[in-house]
Amino acid sequence: MTTLTLPYLRIQRLRKKFGAFTALDNISLEIAEGEFVCFLGPSGCGKTTLLRAIAGLDIQTSGRIEQGGRDISILPPTKRDFGIVFQSYALFPNLTAAKNIAYGLENTRAKRAEVTKRVRELLDLTGLGEHGSKYPAQLSGGQQQRVALARALATSPGLLLLDEPLSALDAKVRVYLRHEVKQLQRRLGVTTIMVTHDQEEALTMADRIVVMNHGAIEQIGTPLEIYREPASPFVADFIGVMNFVAGTVVRDGVVRLGRVELACEADGLTPGTEVTLAIRPEDILVQDVPGPGSQPNALRARVDALAFLGSFFRADLVGDALEGVLLRADLPVDLVRRLGIAEKSTMSFLLPRERIRIYPGSAIHR
Amino acid sequence: MRVFLGVIGLYLVIALALPLGIMLGKSLQGPKDDFVGLANYIRYFSTPALFQSIGNSLWVSILSTVITVPAAFFYAYALTRSRMPLRGLFKTVALVPILVPSLLPGLALVYLFGNQGLLKGALFGRSIYGPIGIVMAEVFTTFPHALLIILAALALADARLYEAAVALRASRPRVFWTVTLPGARYGLISATFVVFTTVITDFGAPKVIGGQYNVLATDVYKQVVGQQNFQMGAVVSVILLVPAIFAFMVDRAVRSRQVALLSARAVPYQPSPQRRFDLAMLAYCVVIGVAILSIVVVSQFAALVKFFPYNLTLTWAHYDFDQKGGGGWTSYYNSIRLALLTGLIGTVVVFVGAYLTEKARGVALGRGLFHFLAMLPMAVPGLVLGLAYIFFFNAPANPLNVLYRTMTILVINTIIHFYTVGHLTTLTALRQMDPEFETVSASLKQPFYRTFWRVTVPVCLPSTLDIAIYMFVNAMTTVSGVVFIYGPKTELASISVLNMDDTGEIASPAAMAMMIFYTNVGARTLHAGLARWLERRTQAWRRR
Repeated sequence: MTTLTLPYLRIQRLRKKFGAFTALDNISLEIAEGEFVCFLGPSGCGKTTLLRAIAGLDIQTSGRIEQGGRDISILPPTKRDFGIVFQSYALFPNLTAAKNIAYGLENTRAKRAEVTKRVRELLDLTGLGEHGSKYPAQLSGGQQQRVALARALATSPGLLLLDEPLSALDAKVRVYLRHEVKQLQRRLGVTTIMVTHDQEEALTMADRIVVMNHGAIEQIGTPLEIYREPASPFVADFIGVMNFVAGTVVRDGVVRLGRVELACEADGLTPGTEVTLAIRPEDILVQDVPGPGSQPNALRARVDALAFLGSFFRADLVGDALEGVLLRADLPVDLVRRLGIAEKSTMSFLLPRERIRIYPGSAIHR
Repeated sequence: MRVFLGVIGLYLVIALALPLGIMLGKSLQGPKDDFVGLANYIRYFSTPALFQSIGNSLWVSILSTVITVPAAFFYAYALTRSRMPLRGLFKTVALVPILVPSLLPGLALVYLFGNQGLLKGALFGRSIYGPIGIVMAEVFTTFPHALLIILAALALADARLYEAAVALRASRPRVFWTVTLPGARYGLISATFVVFTTVITDFGAPKVIGGQYNVLATDVYKQVVGQQNFQMGAVVSVILLVPAIFAFMVDRAVRSRQVALLSARAVPYQPSPQRRFDLAMLAYCVVIGVAILSIVVVSQFAALVKFFPYNLTLTWAHYDFDQKGGGGWTSYYNSIRLALLTGLIGTVVVFVGAYLTEKARGVALGRGLFHFLAMLPMAVPGLVLGLAYIFFFNAPANPLNVLYRTMTILVINTIIHFYTVGHLTTLTALRQMDPEFETVSASLKQPFYRTFWRVTVPVCLPSTLDIAIYMFVNAMTTVSGVVFIYGPKTELASISVLNMDDTGEIASPAAMAMMIFYTNVGARTLHAGLARWLERRTQAWRRR
């Protein structure tokens, strides 16, 4: 993504206030041409407000938005270049699917035959095929979603805005359409911003994710970066499952958890500082080859509870060394079977150095 | 958008706010337009002949309310909670009073209980002219209004509540007291206030059958038309506004509560047949239905015979309106013109106005003010509005005074008089549409009026037709709004009924009132047919 060309969309110091409430606080962001970016965050985090500001639906209180090098900060929606799909789809109920798609094409001096041809193209592109003459009420949720997408793409906009486009659908259809939408976006190469509160959706679809909270950006990064190296406890907690435990800095690169000293990447913190250790359940490993003595970052613990979750087991780990702290570990089904792990089993677990993240302060989530 | 909003807003200001404001001012002025403070009010309250009308008005209004609301409740209960036969027919019959001017029940009551009436003995020597007659006529007039509100409230019933009550072995009366009645309570309160306001502001019934029993509405008329005392007319109008505005505010508060009661997961209640209960309900509905129809049938019959009930020879003589005291057949045609113009123009104005208040961006203050003005007519009695029009449009200094006594001013007045219901109907229809239509259109570079024309109007077409027929029917029957502002060339059928009644005729006004009734029946039938045809032609998308 790091090209020398100018970003397609550039947002600078955007701020939006509703009365005394700050909905967007100093948002700066750059999006490259053809990129698929997700705004992810809990409800009320400002992601939709940011999208609506980009669309010109709710003009920001201050700040600047550039699209394709053009300052669009104060332009009304009609003067901007985007297509939009809403959660409700907002399909015109009294127009057929084809007429909905053609809506933005008529009036544009385009010949009738060209409009028909373009609509045909879009119907095929979105896999709607023969459904063009049906009214929205006669289509399934997934089909309505495609019509909305086709309508937004009809005028070949430079920017596609998707506001929770999949959340009104059944779980199965949703998973299928994630893939579809992503494929379509890649084929057309249209710069796309999608707002979602569904982390799985963001992780599977986005080139880059913008995690937001309380009107501010917490982290921008690829799905892998966001998952592997969450910049803050909020991001760590919001995406995936995370163990948070309190610890103390012993010296550079070593933190104490309970009675155990763990090596980790924590430099520049004075000894004695209270910190929060974070590690994902799937990163806790079973030391299946009993080695001589104690390996680095190993601790003995007892499996207090073992829950079968289909593709893995989730184990609650307790032990004297942990001093009352509970760690959750995800153990592969095959491993549990091979080692005969059951509730009350006691064994050694590894907390790999590079998988432990350290956040300053002892604020533990949950 | 803002320009259109401004234009319709200006209409509301000129045709509603300014006249009302000037009328308020008038009540503080002396005969020479000099400011006299509260002197007129002081005179009013120190003249027993005047202020005892307040007591009279309250008395007949309370009595009518106490009779109408329970009567309508049990009728609605029968329609929604029993499996008695002919429920559709009984609902239609109960709505008949909406289609006639409020003068008609008075005329019919004179035939039935008047000095030479058929059933005079039933009153045990008391006179029908006075509170008894007024209350009987008002119960007839307000019954369908109360019924519609209570029907809507009862229709919200959740079957699960009834199933839960039965599962807990509650007896039928207990279910009624613990489920049915609480569920309908907001509807009952709302109906109570609507009936009360309608009665206290009604002018037709007390005018025809009130005799010497003075009420506020007839006082306004007497002060203005009889004594030409406009200042005192304004004072009585202001006094009449007080209960109307109070009732209006309570009603709005109650209705907003009712919406919150609605749960999306409610399952509609389906009553099961119960022979004895169904028969009892049928008997009750027959009694009410016959009472309502008898008013209409007696009027029609009396209009067709020489001298009801003594000489039953058929004759068309009473239809020779041109020879009677009123405005003749011309007034009937005037009414149709007024109703058509009001239905057509009124619907467009109301619809566009409501659309703009809902969709215009920014200008929050202007939209709020517009909405307030659109809601205000509901609280303003027709007579008060009419009197305000005299003050405003008849002023020599007002360049708009050329409109006075023309058809134009009648249309302007009637649209305003019935503005609120159409406004609310449109808002309801608009709020059922996706709020993002305009956004999507903007992103597709389409101007707002294209979406309005291609999507909003077609989707709201059924509601628009409802507004048109509502405006039409009310323009045909209204008396109070227009009684002060019609002219010799613009007399209306309903006014003609009033004027013929003033000359002592009964049969001819009854004949004219029935003409209004038939016209409304025709209009409603046409509306139903048109609505069905349009639904087939243009609403195909509603079907799944």
